[in-house]
Amino acid sequence: MSEIEHSEEHIKKHVRVYISVFVALMALTVVTVAASYLQLNTFGTIALALFIASIKASLVICYFMHLISEKKLVLIVLLFTTIFFLGLIFLSLLAYFDPVVYKNVA
Amino acid sequence: MSDHNHEKLGFWRKYIFSTDHKVIGLQYGITGSFFLFFGFCLMMLMRWQLAYPGQPLPFVGNLLGESNMPMGYMLPEFYNALGAMHGTIMVFLAIVPLIFGAFGNYIVPLQIGAPDMAFPKLNAISYWCYLLGGVVMVASFWAPGGAANSGWTSYAPLSVTATIGQTYWLFGMVLLITSSLLGSVNFITTVVQLRAEGMTWFRLPFFVWAQLVTAFLLLLAFPPLEAAGVLQLMDRLAGTSFFMPSGLVVGGEALGISGGGSPLLWQHLFWFLAHPEVYVLILPALGIVTEIIANNTRKPLYGYKIMIYSILFLGFLSFIVWAHHMYLTGMGTTVSTFFQTTTLIISIPSVVIITTLFITLWGGSIRFNTPMLFALGFLPMFGIGGLTGLPLAFNATDIPLHDTYYVIGHFHYVVAPGTIFALFAGVYYWFPKITGRHMSEVLGKTHFWASILFMNGIFMPMFIQGMAGVSRRLYDGGATYELAQGVLHWNEFMSISAWLLALAQIPFLINLFWSPFKGKKANDNPWEATTLEWSTPTPPPHGNFLEAPKVYRGPYEYSVPGSSKDYSPQSQKEI
Amino acid sequence: MEIPYTVKPRPDTGLINSKIGIWLFLASEVMLFGALFSSYIILRIGSESWPEGSSYLSVPIGTFNTLVLISSSITMVMAWASLKLKNFKKFQIYMGLTILLGLVFLGVKSFEYYGKFSHHHYPKESVFFAIYFTMTGLHALHVICGMVVNAYFWGPGSKMWQTNPEQFTNRVETSGLFWHFVDLVWIFLFPVLYLL
Repeated sequence: MSEIEHSEEHIKKHVRVYISVFVALMALTVVTVAASYLQLNTFGTIALALFIASIKASLVICYFMHLISEKKLVLIVLLFTTIFFLGLIFLSLLAYFDPVVYKNVA
Repeated sequence: MSDHNHEKLGFWRKYIFSTDHKVIGLQYGITGSFFLFFGFCLMMLMRWQLAYPGQPLPFVGNLLGESNMPMGYMLPEFYNALGAMHGTIMVFLAIVPLIFGAFGNYIVPLQIGAPDMAFPKLNAISYWCYLLGGVVMVASFWAPGGAANSGWTSYAPLSVTATIGQTYWLFGMVLLITSSLLGSVNFITTVVQLRAEGMTWFRLPFFVWAQLVTAFLLLLAFPPLEAAGVLQLMDRLAGTSFFMPSGLVVGGEALGISGGGSPLLWQHLFWFLAHPEVYVLILPALGIVTEIIANNTRKPLYGYKIMIYSILFLGFLSFIVWAHHMYLTGMGTTVSTFFQTTTLIISIPSVVIITTLFITLWGGSIRFNTPMLFALGFLPMFGIGGLTGLPLAFNATDIPLHDTYYVIGHFHYVVAPGTIFALFAGVYYWFPKITGRHMSEVLGKTHFWASILFMNGIFMPMFIQGMAGVSRRLYDGGATYELAQGVLHWNEFMSISAWLLALAQIPFLINLFWSPFKGKKANDNPWEATTLEWSTPTPPPHGNFLEAPKVYRGPYEYSVPGSSKDYSPQSQKEI
Repeated sequence: MEIPYTVKPRPDTGLINSKIGIWLFLASEVMLFGALFSSYIILRIGSESWPEGSSYLSVPIGTFNTLVLISSSITMVMAWASLKLKNFKKFQIYMGLTILLGLVFLGVKSFEYYGKFSHHHYPKESVFFAIYFTMTGLHALHVICGMVVNAYFWGPGSKMWQTNPEQFTNRVETSGLFWHFVDLVWIFLFPVLYLL
């Protein structure tokens, strides 16, 4: 990153962002625990919990890990990692739950 | 960062705990060659049992211990251990370290004009992790019950209930995977960051591209196997049931476990690595062959960019084909069709690369030296390996062929006369750069013709046996099976070919040990090649280049019109 | 020849070596934990019954540990920012806090483990406990690794601040990226194991 980008003023602005992200993360943790006490159906509970976790994860990765201002190369690597990760999850799930249909051939 | 007072380094720092990529490359090379030989010996023992089932092996048999070969008779457990360890050692301890660890380490920084790898200490750590993993693997032969004997795929639940050797196998694998991960991080960073001035992406030699894609495969495909290894270790050591179904009965007794796990989960996680692993074995081999063919045809590579796009596409696709190893596990038609389609699509870029290499030969004034012979031998051998894979990609034809010798033949054509020929080609080609002397052409050509003959003698009959339906896992090679009777005589033929193949390596060994001292002296660029590794002194000093190299042209500018020579090195400014 | 771009970024990629190295390593870590999460999903969907996490695990303790780990992430990033502002004293305070919070996390985790063992809940009891112990155990291993690295930069490694402050700042950023990733994994582990 260039020198100008990381001037003192700039860093101080960053610090304010970090603190608000921190507050948001704390709040979302409380929200996710509270939400688990709601009497939703199974799908709703899982979807809501994962949704909140994803928001928290994006906050950490974008601001604490600076991905939001990261170079293109890193983003490309992570994009492919995500694709392969999703492939691993969903293709193996599909292989499990694609039923074999037994037809009586004879 | 790196040591500059290298003149003062003692023996240990210079040759044993070195951080110089060239020394580490040679360490990988020596260790990998040892494991290659060791794995080959395991197979030669198996071939005795297959050719002469139930007969004692003279001399050697008595040396291998009462628990393995009492009176020279091979026990079934020992046969299984030999099979499992042959696969594991050849793939993870021999070929990958040789083609990625040794050639990648030695050649890639030189070809991109870098002083060393990006993280020299990490590089040394990867080597030592690998060596430790190898030692653990080999040590398992002395474990009670012998080495791992559940096949190189270690399918659960068999592997979970197997003898303690399997635990060694898992610990060994975790170390090897760690080594590969550190290595691949290092390779990618090196290629991305340390390219010399003017070395743009499309001026990189194809070998570097191949190594880069390989490094990505290792980086992203290996961790799921590491996870699976941890889960299987838990199953074995903590009594969990990740891969153990409910109600499992072994030897007439119900196992005292909770159950509820899934044996198929292991297969998914294993093949998620192991299919990209096949491309880890073959892509750098294609890279070596490409370098040698471009150099010895004295003309530019046909379709350099097409080859790069093909290899990138191939690397991407190799992550979503893995379940074609699992057609028989009860997947439904939708998923089978998906994997069948991706598998057939992935054959296209492979064919494109091979075709461009063949077209490169067209109209060239080919020099038939030893490296070129091995590179040319690679093309049809890899072709046979690739084409025989097509019937295995279709799930209808895979069903009768699954787990027969046909699969063994197919895979070995890709890796043995394929990748190993590329390894030999690379050794003959870069030997003058490493030692400053040529290898003997006469011995080299003897080595080539004998090897190609016996390689085919081993693997061609496997297709015949496989199509007759002979299973790959039979302890007696099919002697007690009705269906195998018609093709049984091939067993002896294949075994004798295997033993003769061992003899065919003697000229190579003589060459390897004789040439560094007595071989014909070579100058810095004996093959009149264009890539950067030939513009350093021989052997390259610590830090590789006397001054930072600059690159002015693409990697394969041979016979450029208007040039005084028939090659224009990348570091040469004017034509 | 020196190895270039260890401190100054390479102009065309805009990155220093260690930055791309750590991101590649984290990509492989994503695949490692990704494979474990996939296993969790497959095993859970395939199982006949799956206990609700909160019936065995204490949600308040888990929540507390989540807050601890998130706090350690902010102190980590503040430690780096302090170095950027050339305030070494503040760096030492924030880095010390990060390590301390890591210790608190591990302490609470071992208290939880102890509670499970004393009630005879072992990994072999069921697939739920198997996955709970394996995933949190592997995560704890990562926490320990991160703490060792951080402790090195807090203690002996911080001498580099006198000789090469820019490289030292980069090193802290690199170990910070790893530490945030460990936090990230926990952000998913907590709801998956404790709440669902």
